[in-house]
Amino acid sequence: MKTLNFEELIQFRKKAQADLNVRELSYAAVSEKSCGLAVGTEHIQLLCCGGTGCKASSSAKIVENLKAAIEANGIADKVEVIVTGCFGFCEKGPIVKVIPDNTFYTQVKPEDAEEIVKEHVIAGRRVERLLYVDPKTDTTVSDSKHMDFYRKQKRVALRNCGFIDPENIAEYIARDGYVALSNALQNQTPEEVIDIIKKAGLRGRGGAGFPTGMKWGFARNYQAEHKYVVCNADEGDPGAFMDRSIMEGDPHSVIEAMALCGYCIGASEGLIYIRAEYPLAVNRLKIAIEQAREYGMLGKRIMGSEFDFDIEIRYGAGAFVCGEETALIHSMEGKRGEPTLKPPFPAESGYNGYPTNVNNVETLANVPIILTKGADWFASIGTEKSKGTKVFALAGKINNVGLIEVPMGTTLREIIYDIGGGVKNGKKFKAVQTGGPSGGCLTEKHLDIPIDYESLGAAGSMMGSGGMIVMDEDDCMVSVAKFYLEFTVGESCGKCTPCRIGNKRMLEILTRITEGKGTMEDIEHLKSLAATIKDTALCGLGQTSPNPVLSTIDNFYDEYVEHVKKHTCRAKQCKALLTYTVNPEKCKGCGACARNCPADAIMGDVRKPHVINPFKCIRCGMCQSRCRFDAIHVF
Amino acid sequence: MEEKLIKLTIDNHVVEVPQGTTLLEAGKLVGIDIPTLCHIDLKGTCVKNKPASCRLCVVEVEGRRNLAPACATNCMPDMVVHTNSARVIRARKTVAELILSDHPNDCLTCPKCSDCELQRLVMRLNIRQMPYNDGEKSERKNEVTAAITRNMEKCIYCRRCESVCNNVQSVGVLGAIRRGFDTTIAPTFDRMFKDTDCTYCGQCVAVCPVGALTERDYTDQLLDDITNPDKIVIAQPAPAVRFGLGEEFGMAPGTIVTGKLATALRDLGFDYVFDTDFGADLTIMEEGAEILDRLKKFLAGDKSVKLPIMTSCCPAWVNFFEHNYPDLLDYPSSAKSPAQMFGAIAKTYWAEKMGIPREKLVVVSIMPCLAKKFECTREEFKVDGNPDVDYSISTRELARLIKRANINFANLPESNFDSPLGESTGAAAIFGVTGGVMEAALRTCYEVYTGKTLPRINFDEVRGFEGIREATIDLNGFELKVCVAHTLSNARIIMDKLRAGELDYHVVEVMACPSGCIGGAGQPYHHGNIEVLKKRCEALYAEDEGKPIRKSHENPDIQKLYKEFLGEPLSEKSHHLLHTHYFDRTIK
Repeated sequence: MKTLNFEELIQFRKKAQADLNVRELSYAAVSEKSCGLAVGTEHIQLLCCGGTGCKASSSAKIVENLKAAIEANGIADKVEVIVTGCFGFCEKGPIVKVIPDNTFYTQVKPEDAEEIVKEHVIAGRRVERLLYVDPKTDTTVSDSKHMDFYRKQKRVALRNCGFIDPENIAEYIARDGYVALSNALQNQTPEEVIDIIKKAGLRGRGGAGFPTGMKWGFARNYQAEHKYVVCNADEGDPGAFMDRSIMEGDPHSVIEAMALCGYCIGASEGLIYIRAEYPLAVNRLKIAIEQAREYGMLGKRIMGSEFDFDIEIRYGAGAFVCGEETALIHSMEGKRGEPTLKPPFPAESGYNGYPTNVNNVETLANVPIILTKGADWFASIGTEKSKGTKVFALAGKINNVGLIEVPMGTTLREIIYDIGGGVKNGKKFKAVQTGGPSGGCLTEKHLDIPIDYESLGAAGSMMGSGGMIVMDEDDCMVSVAKFYLEFTVGESCGKCTPCRIGNKRMLEILTRITEGKGTMEDIEHLKSLAATIKDTALCGLGQTSPNPVLSTIDNFYDEYVEHVKKHTCRAKQCKALLTYTVNPEKCKGCGACARNCPADAIMGDVRKPHVINPFKCIRCGMCQSRCRFDAIHVF
Repeated sequence: MEEKLIKLTIDNHVVEVPQGTTLLEAGKLVGIDIPTLCHIDLKGTCVKNKPASCRLCVVEVEGRRNLAPACATNCMPDMVVHTNSARVIRARKTVAELILSDHPNDCLTCPKCSDCELQRLVMRLNIRQMPYNDGEKSERKNEVTAAITRNMEKCIYCRRCESVCNNVQSVGVLGAIRRGFDTTIAPTFDRMFKDTDCTYCGQCVAVCPVGALTERDYTDQLLDDITNPDKIVIAQPAPAVRFGLGEEFGMAPGTIVTGKLATALRDLGFDYVFDTDFGADLTIMEEGAEILDRLKKFLAGDKSVKLPIMTSCCPAWVNFFEHNYPDLLDYPSSAKSPAQMFGAIAKTYWAEKMGIPREKLVVVSIMPCLAKKFECTREEFKVDGNPDVDYSISTRELARLIKRANINFANLPESNFDSPLGESTGAAAIFGVTGGVMEAALRTCYEVYTGKTLPRINFDEVRGFEGIREATIDLNGFELKVCVAHTLSNARIIMDKLRAGELDYHVVEVMACPSGCIGGAGQPYHHGNIEVLKKRCEALYAEDEGKPIRKSHENPDIQKLYKEFLGEPLSEKSHHLLHTHYFDRTIK
């Protein structure tokens, strides 16, 4: 393949669009009728999720089996299997989608492949048992458009994820890929491009929400022999995987945006800092970079212009703090991954001392579409100060775990109840944690605030990179705070005193409280220590690390007090505070508890009520799980 | 171009400062001393550490969300800064409490007690309780080497040692390892110093604010030897000691205490009090002869002669090139250091003269240096296992001994060193500063080579604190190109050029410590104050000026030594006693 110039890109896109048309049309008009070769469909595509989550559930085997079945039935000329990126509905994965009737099969197993091919592809009959069942109506829904999970979503950054084959540049180009770059190189000055980004109001999706256009402008203003565009793909919040999904599902959007950024700031070198634990994303990026070079979208004289730009992948070892841009840069330089004081900002002195612009993956994924659809279009989505959409990784005690993208300003209630399908097992909602270890826990009273950078901050949490973990009545908020602090203590680089020692001391106090050894002074001490750490820590990690503690003290003060004064944990999570007893009225004296107790803590005669020795009991819960008479009580 | 000034307010003082001034520096201008711990800036040298990591210097800047580290925050126009608001004081105290919570707090028995920057700070911040003291302490390794003692549980992670080891010395042995609460400063893979490229320069010790890195203490051993009637203990203090020791007794930096030093050593019970300066003059005789020997061969067209010849007085420098430049071992002069030359002569020439058997004689050097402690232990400086110099104590250790022996140093009468190994010249005195050995060598080489008397004794062109200095000296029409470097990172620049064949000098002097021996790791702590080093330097040159004899080859006792014992410089006996050879000590 020879490289494409501006003109050739247009021609190539036309052809690619024709190929992709069947998929575009099927998404636009959902058909109630099942397709199938027997009912006259000429060409069928089976899209199978190839994201990390679905792959873990054997989606590669599904693809293999689908292909084998197609081959066995001699219909390979009419049916294609395409591996895509993440569809987002991970709760129901692995997902297989049938085009053109847009059937959305959920929780497909490798052994279902043959049935899908025989029944649906050939005979034209949907496999009902693999369809999604709407929990509200208990009826099946055959396409994603009519699922609550997707109804309120707006996919901008994830526009191509689960739609295109990420390993095929043609499919990206068909969806106006590299149009923004081509247009910028031909018709726009770097300043004009930066202005559009500014006008669109795009803000950093990595957490702090710094205006992207402004950042580019700063980097542009510094003159130097070398400049660098860095993509921060060091996604580290526990449970967050939006950046990974974008790189796995739409790597070219990141590459195009980096090239655009290079054009704007005057850089010809790009670096993607990605954690080595993302092998699939690394692989997809590698393929994409290779294809982009092959097609002339990277390299010397891109599309025949004067602009040179190429990208190199750098691996991170998985240190959370390396998501902080100065630490990330030091890590790439081969130094210890730890932050340094800003200023100087990377825009002035970054990688190897040269001006460097660092953007996160999701931020970059928004750039090409802003330039193709315009600043006004983007700015029309979202709230006054937070434009566009935000991707969240929805997890925890929620029915629809997965990756979602909603316009800024959507409320937490809409996300949790409409998209997320509410709390699992009908339990009571207790809190939602946003912003990962830097964020906080929000409660019932915060459910109706429109989500944007400012409102989440004002509520004592933060946007962060977009982790969203739902908690129910079984979650102990002191333990939750402790969990996040354990994470921070483990991930602190150790450079500054407040983060290195302060967080450790906070964790020790929290541990005391969860063991029933805390005092009321401890709670006050936590608050003041947290305030000092926020005020004095060197980098964003340390400055935000007390947030989970502070927000839980603010919103769940009673629970802390209960741990301290009553030595109880209402969620029954703090083992040291639990007491296991046998209800003599229910106990039949079967002895199952005593036989299974690993601590030999249960005594009693056969057919007489047993008793638990609290001094021996290690609170493992074994007796409760073995009792058939619901006679073991925990309080 | 007129420098742009920035006007800001600090604690109600309006101050105008040039761009790039930090809040810490601006505060100093109006008499506000913001407490610091990790920060050090030995201005005019490359000793600098400002990671902004201890967070003790935080101040409140109006309009800023969080507190700002004064050491690393630059002044901006119209800033309003509070260095003592309730918020700042509370935060600072909490941070100090946190540091103490991971510190052994065994101050009473700590070698740094009363000279510890953390201790001073804690007193200043009025900390009366240890609120986190039941918390866990991080685990660190300790080590005692011949020169340096590491008590890493005392480390407060200021990283000054790391900065010095990497940026100033380019040795790169110390660095941060592990993460979070377990972070510590150690050689890679938590190795021991002895398994690394450590040169024992001790500059890590010189900047450590607490007792984590200190000298290996030999004072108890010395007391044992002094009080042992079967031992004859002789002292040899290095040139730089007399320009620093007074500071330990409250005297102003730059006070010359040569006479009191001799008295104090005698009062301590040394049987004879000699002077390493004698060894320094002897070094010039041997090294000077070697310089001229190589030059003559070079001028005669001998292609095999190795130039530049490099000084070899500094034991850390010797370790450095043995570790890093094993391919260039025949460039440095084979002359031993003054202290080792002294030891070799004392245990042969003098001992024979006095009829003292070698095993009865204990030679103790008092050095501004920690690498000397290691040098004493080198096998090649031993005869049948008996070292030429038995051990070395630092200036600080001597001060501690004097205090322990109830000697009122300030009021001591002055006295002279014993003869014959106590006589020295001004040339020996200046060994203690960067450029000094070069100048001393030039004074002798010039006169020996040209046969003329020097028109001026001072070689100002090789003086100063510039990292690498070059000069061309006219020797009867021959242009002698010399170079002086201090700190090992500058030595590395020189050696890399030499290796690349790009070095065009005849003689090079290298000293490992910034400013030379006066800034050595065994000297009283400078605590980041460059003025201290400057004063010591001034005193050293004043001592030189005041000496009746200022050229090594004119030292009558040296002349006598050659006449009675050695014959002439580079004689067979000289080679045997006063010269050494080097080893490939690359860490595999």
